[in-house]
Amino acid sequence: MSIHQTSFVLSVEDLTVSFDGFKAVDGLTFYVEPNECRVMIGPNGAGKTTVLDLICGRTRATSGSVRFKDQELLSMREDQIVLAGVGRKFQTPSVYEDLSVFENLELSFPRGHGVFGSLFFRRDAEVKDRIQEIAETIFLADLLDEKAAFLSHGQKQWLEIGMLLIQDPELLMLDEPVAGMSVAERKKTAELLNRIIDHRSVIVIEHDMGFVEDIATRVTVLHQGKTLSEGKMDKVKNDPKVIEVYLGH
Amino acid sequence: MQIDRKTRFLTREEAIYFGLLAAVIFLILPLALDSFRLNLFGKYLTYAFVAIGLVLCWGAGGILSLGQGVFFGLGGYAMAMFLKLEASTPEATAIQSTPGIPDFMDWNQITALPWWWEPFNSLAFSLIAVVIVPVAFAFIIGVAMFRRRVGGVYFAIITQAIAAILTILIIGQQGFTGGVNGITDLRTLKGWDIRTDEAKEILYFVNAVLLFACLFAAQYVRRSKLGRLLIAMRDQEDRVRFSGYDVASFKIFVFCLGAAFAGIGGAMFTLQVGFMSPTLVGIVPSIEMVIFAAVGGRLSILGAVYGTLLVNWAKTTLSESFPELWLLGLGALFIAVVMFFPNGLAGLWSEQVMPRLRKLFAGRGAGARPPAAPFPANSASAPDSPAAKAAAE
Ligand SMILES: Nc1ncnc2c1ncn2[C@@H]1O[C@H](COP(=O)(O)OP(=O)(O)OP(=O)(O)O)[C@@H](O)[C@H]1O
Ligand SMILES: [Mg+2]
Repeated sequence: MSIHQTSFVLSVEDLTVSFDGFKAVDGLTFYVEPNECRVMIGPNGAGKTTVLDLICGRTRATSGSVRFKDQELLSMREDQIVLAGVGRKFQTPSVYEDLSVFENLELSFPRGHGVFGSLFFRRDAEVKDRIQEIAETIFLADLLDEKAAFLSHGQKQWLEIGMLLIQDPELLMLDEPVAGMSVAERKKTAELLNRIIDHRSVIVIEHDMGFVEDIATRVTVLHQGKTLSEGKMDKVKNDPKVIEVYLGH
Repeated sequence: MQIDRKTRFLTREEAIYFGLLAAVIFLILPLALDSFRLNLFGKYLTYAFVAIGLVLCWGAGGILSLGQGVFFGLGGYAMAMFLKLEASTPEATAIQSTPGIPDFMDWNQITALPWWWEPFNSLAFSLIAVVIVPVAFAFIIGVAMFRRRVGGVYFAIITQAIAAILTILIIGQQGFTGGVNGITDLRTLKGWDIRTDEAKEILYFVNAVLLFACLFAAQYVRRSKLGRLLIAMRDQEDRVRFSGYDVASFKIFVFCLGAAFAGIGGAMFTLQVGFMSPTLVGIVPSIEMVIFAAVGGRLSILGAVYGTLLVNWAKTTLSESFPELWLLGLGALFIAVVMFFPNGLAGLWSEQVMPRLRKLFAGRGAGARPPAAPFPANSASAPDSPAAKAAAE
């Protein structure tokens, strides 16, 4: 019953990865529509991060298929997947600590990604304006010249989100974007995410249920590498299987 | 609040430091030293080419190669082959059983010049080979290693093994390479006798000009987006990869650039010292070159030049009086640098000396700016870097 319909931005079918016999993701199938915000929830170790790793090429799948707008991602190199339009934020904030906020954003600007392109890259007005614009979006406009090492945990998360935004990916994948944030930062992040998920497809992994309810179009509940339940939030929330393995505790 | 974020080739401060080094190399050393000592410093400076390449590869990009002697040697041998052929005219080698071929070939019962020596009759070919051969070799190693994501300590060990293998190969193929003695008895370059004091003085300045050309090239790379990408890769390789960069190709590029610098240095060594031998290719010289860069400061291209000069000057002075202590001293120096001054002399200067000088002059109201660190330090990775482990062995 595989649906070869091109209207999906992302089609994941029968995706399986086995680490020495342990199937962290096991025959997973799901589809993401344009402008959809898909939230993935599930207990620790359910395989959520691994799914993102498989989509963006960080981990090689054992079998299955991941199609992004008719391109098979599983046979592509990581950087090619990114340039095709898939952006990924990691679970722990990864920014370049030794570089300034400005330089962090600049490295993600979608131009000059080859060796010689970056050797002769020019920091022109277009680059500066775009960085300024993104910096305002992610609340870091006043800290552009600060070394990223001096940012707070929450600010680093924002910076990494900004680094993705500047790439303007069609599919944005965020792994626990509000984890470890203060309540105030959380609120600001929710506001930020609501703004940026507007005209693109997003996959978010998150544990914070209030946050999930706020942003999700649809929810996929993952358990032991398989889909436990999928659908609108209120449907999933009342699914007895979900309550038993995840929401119950 | 509009801050000027121009990417200048040199900041004012850096321009001063470049000027100071130029003064040392072009004025002070030639004026202060007799022609024997000047030639000695010219030799030291050929190692600085390697050290500059290491600053880019290791300091900026986090790629530690313990086999840079290979590229130094390849460049040096390319130059030596040309000079040897020029010195082996049929007249000059009339007493050999096969006149017209290098003497060591004749000693090894070789009766015709091997085909791969032939092109080295051409100066143009040889000069191109000085750069291209090391770069091509680095490219092959780079593709084989970096495409497979071999890095860190493994890469360091493999490059060291390559240095060992090449040395053994050169020594074993005595008839083609001159074996353990190397290629010696080099005389003229297109008829110009390179053994005279005057020629050595000229070669010193040629070497100095080439060194500055490499320094400027390295500075350009550091200032470019590629330079910042190297730092980014050193700290967060995955983030760079998932920002759409093919990380391996950047590593291959910087490794090849370092090899090109080393090849030029090797050729200048051959010209100034008058021979090339496997003792400059192997593990020990390769590690020594890493130490030069570490002592000078692995984040600073200028520091690497000072480090090279200083360590070599100390080596010559000390090993004249205490030959057996030198290697111990060098090892101790390296460990001390890695443990206590991870950014070497350049770090000591910009972190300790400059702030104090600034404080001293701050009273006059001069606009004190924070020191522009040559390369932002990655302090966390310094003490447990592969080099530290290698040194501890
Ligand atoms: N490279 C790997 N090798 C072996 N096992 C792995 C690997 N990557 C992940 N796993 C295992 O796969 C399972 C799923 O891990 P994953 O990180 O995807 O979970 P998660 O749902 O993101 O959990 P969390 O909510 O804690 O982030 C875990 O049991 C983990 O130990
Ligand atoms: Mg996870």
